[in-house]
Amino acid sequence: MAGAPLLSVERLTTVFDTASGPVTAVDEVSFEIRPGETLGLVGESGCGKSVTALSIMRLVVAPGRITGGRLLYRGRDLGALPEADMRRVRGAEIAMIFQEPMTALNPVFTIGDQLAETLAVHGRASGRGARAAAIDLLDAVRIPDPRLRVDDYPHQLSGGMRQRVLIALALACRPALIVADEPTTALDVTIQAGILALLREMKAAFGLSLLLITHDLGVAAGICDRVAVMYAGRIVEEGPVRAIFRRPQHPYTRALLASMPGVPGQRLTAIDGSVPAPGALPAGCAFGPRCRDRFDRCATTPPPDYAVGPEQRAKCYLHAPAATGVPGPPTHGPR
Amino acid sequence: MALVEVSHLVKRFRRGGGLLRRPSTITAVDDVSFAIDEGETFGLVGESGCGKTTTGRCILRLVEPTSGAVRFRGEDVLAYSPKRMRAARRQMQIVFQDPYGSLNPRMTARQIVEEPLIIHRMGARAARRERVAGLFGLVGLDPAHLERHPHQFSGGQRQRIGLARALALNPSFLVLDEPVSALDVSVQAQVVNLLMDLQRQLTLTYLFIAHDLRLVEHVCSRVAVMYLGRIVEVGPTGAIFAAPRHPYTRALLSAVPIPDPDARRARIVLDPAAVSREASLKEIAAGHWAEV
Repeated sequence: MAGAPLLSVERLTTVFDTASGPVTAVDEVSFEIRPGETLGLVGESGCGKSVTALSIMRLVVAPGRITGGRLLYRGRDLGALPEADMRRVRGAEIAMIFQEPMTALNPVFTIGDQLAETLAVHGRASGRGARAAAIDLLDAVRIPDPRLRVDDYPHQLSGGMRQRVLIALALACRPALIVADEPTTALDVTIQAGILALLREMKAAFGLSLLLITHDLGVAAGICDRVAVMYAGRIVEEGPVRAIFRRPQHPYTRALLASMPGVPGQRLTAIDGSVPAPGALPAGCAFGPRCRDRFDRCATTPPPDYAVGPEQRAKCYLHAPAATGVPGPPTHGPR
Repeated sequence: MALVEVSHLVKRFRRGGGLLRRPSTITAVDDVSFAIDEGETFGLVGESGCGKTTTGRCILRLVEPTSGAVRFRGEDVLAYSPKRMRAARRQMQIVFQDPYGSLNPRMTARQIVEEPLIIHRMGARAARRERVAGLFGLVGLDPAHLERHPHQFSGGQRQRIGLARALALNPSFLVLDEPVSALDVSVQAQVVNLLMDLQRQLTLTYLFIAHDLRLVEHVCSRVAVMYLGRIVEVGPTGAIFAAPRHPYTRALLSAVPIPDPDARRARIVLDPAAVSREASLKEIAAGHWAEV
């Protein structure tokens, strides 16, 4: 996984203008995706993970706007591109798969027409060639009888099949990076397993990088190389998937993992309180009020990133070097 | 003795039909039988459209079954008159999946929780108010927030209001229809713990309808797996998760994502042809039945 990153997101900040002032949805988010790698962006609803995805595609619309940071794709600053050039990047370089397979497809066109349109817009194929290419794509995403299905309308397909069509659309122009926003959330678990298997397979076959946005830690564990955990607009911890699951260093990551059903019949380890509303974040660490390890310093300023392991970082004062002269964290070992 | 006994329950819905087209019939629940013991949590799992929600609603007669029997403490609920049925609902309540859609946005939390007490003529005004405040405390809500409207509560708090409403009449049996699936992961655990605490405290019996198998494994003592309107496997949760017998149960369990990057499990894909419509439930181990 060495080499230059395919995409680096540097201190990306996206705000939404509301009646009561600007609300920061994505707050100085930074991460890299290397060629062939799958990065999972994990978090609960409202944490800013979908807005991060839309920001990368430059698809944030008013009242939202990107107010800071850089998006470097193969070293090119996407933020500086004219919209016409950005349109060529979308689909051809970076493609997106949306959560709702019901609404992301146009109900009045056949899936073949929609695939052909994407190919034509990007100058990949037209006419009969586009139809043949559409059939090939449907075959690649394991849709049975692609020759018949190419003339189907979205409503004639099941949810899982529609999601396969969306994956085919994303693959149409051979992008290097796919951003998948909760691609399996609306699906049943057996269908989800099939879609995840397909994504893994496509990734290997086309040498794709994948940014997978999910709220399901189980899904992230099964498919990601690295995981970034978001809370209240910030990435609070990031690292290799094994480190995140075996040696989580941020109290929020630990609490999320601990709250998952484990030993039958036992009480779950719940996280007190609820996610703060965007725009009403506490001072200091946003997780502070719900954190069992909080101490005085947590309520002062938001913690910066601390290196907590090989390629692992966490925004938590528990990992602040003791040499800074501030009162240290409460003494207890890692759980 | 079983508290709730469902036998040969069938629910058919007519669909479509018009001037020139004949309506078609869909069998949502197809000859379903099971019994729930007092104090246990019985899980009903399956994927969307398998008939699990319809089964739960048929038990409370929120949906009228086409045929079959539902016995509650030995009495056939389906034979009850509407008046008798309403009285019986004091004993049997439901908590819905969607905490956003199942609470009237124009009522305050107090009115929502008090409404069943008024309908069932339980107590005078002062006694009802006291009861509502007590219920609020019981489900972990601050009684100072009684006059708020649903939109002023978070999803988890809303689900607690739904639970307080269901508990208002002191029921012994609750149908929990996907009670936490609309909630965030960090809030799910709070509500699951509350449900488990209340069950012990109030000796409640639960029918727990869910699609999240990890959660079902955690809270249910026994579980029934539904597929296309039928129960294809039923038994102690431990036995079913350790040694699933039916091809659908195997496919379903193998598809559950494991929150462990080193867990590589072979996915089993269901071959629909492997599921025989002619099969019937047979006991393959003590209390563990599967369609074979």
